Amino acid sequence: MLPRRQAHWLLILPPLLFLTLFFLVPFAFAIKISFADSAIAIPPFSKLFSTTPDGHFVLTATLDNYRYLFTDDVYILSYIFSLRTAAVATCVCLLLGYPMAYGIAKAPKSTQNMLLLLIILPFWTSFLLRVYALQGIISEHGLLNNFLLWLGVIHAPLRIMYTTLAVQIGIVYSYLPFMILPLYATLEKLDGTLLEAAADLGMPAWRAFLTITLPLSLPGVIAGSLLVFIPAIGEFVIPALLGGPDSLMIGRVLWDEFFANHNWPVASAVATAFLVLLVGPVALYQHYQSKGQALP
Amino acid sequence: MKTLPPGLIAVLSLGLAFLYLPIVVLIVYSFNASALVTVWGGFSPVWYGRLLHNSQVLDAALLSLEIGMAAATSAVVLGTLAAVALVRVPRFRLRFLLTGMVHAPLVVPEIITGVTLLLLFVSMAQIFGWPRHRGFTSIALSHVTFCLAYVTITVLPRLAGADRDLEEAAQDLGAGKLRAFLEITLPIISPALISGWLLSFTLSLDDLVISSFVAGPGSSTLPMVIYSKVKLGVSPDMNALASLIIMLIGIGVVVAGWVMRRAERQALLDRALAEQG
Repeated sequence: MLPRRQAHWLLILPPLLFLTLFFLVPFAFAIKISFADSAIAIPPFSKLFSTTPDGHFVLTATLDNYRYLFTDDVYILSYIFSLRTAAVATCVCLLLGYPMAYGIAKAPKSTQNMLLLLIILPFWTSFLLRVYALQGIISEHGLLNNFLLWLGVIHAPLRIMYTTLAVQIGIVYSYLPFMILPLYATLEKLDGTLLEAAADLGMPAWRAFLTITLPLSLPGVIAGSLLVFIPAIGEFVIPALLGGPDSLMIGRVLWDEFFANHNWPVASAVATAFLVLLVGPVALYQHYQSKGQALP
Repeated sequence: MKTLPPGLIAVLSLGLAFLYLPIVVLIVYSFNASALVTVWGGFSPVWYGRLLHNSQVLDAALLSLEIGMAAATSAVVLGTLAAVALVRVPRFRLRFLLTGMVHAPLVVPEIITGVTLLLLFVSMAQIFGWPRHRGFTSIALSHVTFCLAYVTITVLPRLAGADRDLEEAAQDLGAGKLRAFLEITLPIISPALISGWLLSFTLSLDDLVISSFVAGPGSSTLPMVIYSKVKLGVSPDMNALASLIIMLIGIGVVVAGWVMRRAERQALLDRALAEQG
């Protein structure tokens, strides 16, 4: 038998080594390549170090890729566009998700489980295929346009597909369960006696909601919003399938830089910069997550 | 019996309709006889029949299933080890690193994970000569990284909540530490292992972005084939394929949920009986 202390490492080492090699080390390579020059070679970047014939190391790192991110405004514009699109979609998600979560939390226990299953089920079904399915609704000859034409509300099909609006609808559609579940978790734990006390003291229901329910559910609001907002910024599938040529989100720019332009160093610089910019919202999420767990 | 106010019922119904209508429309139109996706030409399963003869789709489906099983199984093993380490070993050097790396893949955008993993495989091939070709191995390894995270967060609360008295009792009766864990605790956390495996399997089957980066020429997974087709717009055979996948996953999830709930109820019942008797 191994001594206790060493036996523990049999548990710890396999996942630790695996994640170090396939999660941490890749970032090191991305950062390294972001300082390299683009080259016509396989793989398409220059070596960072080289040795001269007389045995000296030569460092050929360059900051050009990062400088390029600021000189060609497509990168900054697409980043701002991603933030704005994700923010609008997150707000719509919240406005739709809050009353839904509230309704589920207020429903009888037996219905609650059924409703929760209905909310979780889409999360299990393919993300790509659900985005594709949405096309059948919002495309030029989709169900929505046919329905509105039939009603006589509109006389020509609405152009929703291949616009920014379609991207926002796509984000709301795909990420709505992520908003509802944390909201439901906080609303369900909410102490009902507080509301009863408020009602006994003559407080109207809407005021009780604003002064009691809403502030107490704030951790859920923040967790849900960040769970939608953070992945939505880096979204690729939704803008690629539903967006138009003008809906350039950062994920698409990165994809094109890689597959269309084959500029790996610039793509690495975009990825590195994007990751640095994500630290803020992710740290905020972690902060509220750990605070939420500390609550009784 | 409380009833919901009509306003809440309306919002709930509207929200659920929004979530489910596109899928229902997709499935209905997958039985459309007409090749024009917008015109209803009568009921017909013709597009499903075509799928059986589409070797590109079948090959990709097979590859995706193989990758999904390999990735989910490896992720369950590694993810459970990580969860056991985090719950049972209160202090060890690099604990912070393991905690961070277990949670981080959930918040890093797929596209960044994809780019960095490709750079890793390319650099490794340059330095060590491995992997010589990107395909099954590189895709499965990449999937394990994010599936592992989902397994750990599924198993962690279950393991933390598992009663250690039983395991200690077994040890008092002479079972070794490992045997006590394998025979007592492992069955208790097995529902979490099963849901972790299923979640990993579906996430792996569904992944487009990471696979696209780390796949080599000639190794297209099912999502990659679907993406290249639907990028050009709606097509009837993709409607059939998408409906088939969604229906299979939907049925699988409902059945798995039902089986697990029954097993859990049985376990609670056994426990109550044991405590009484």
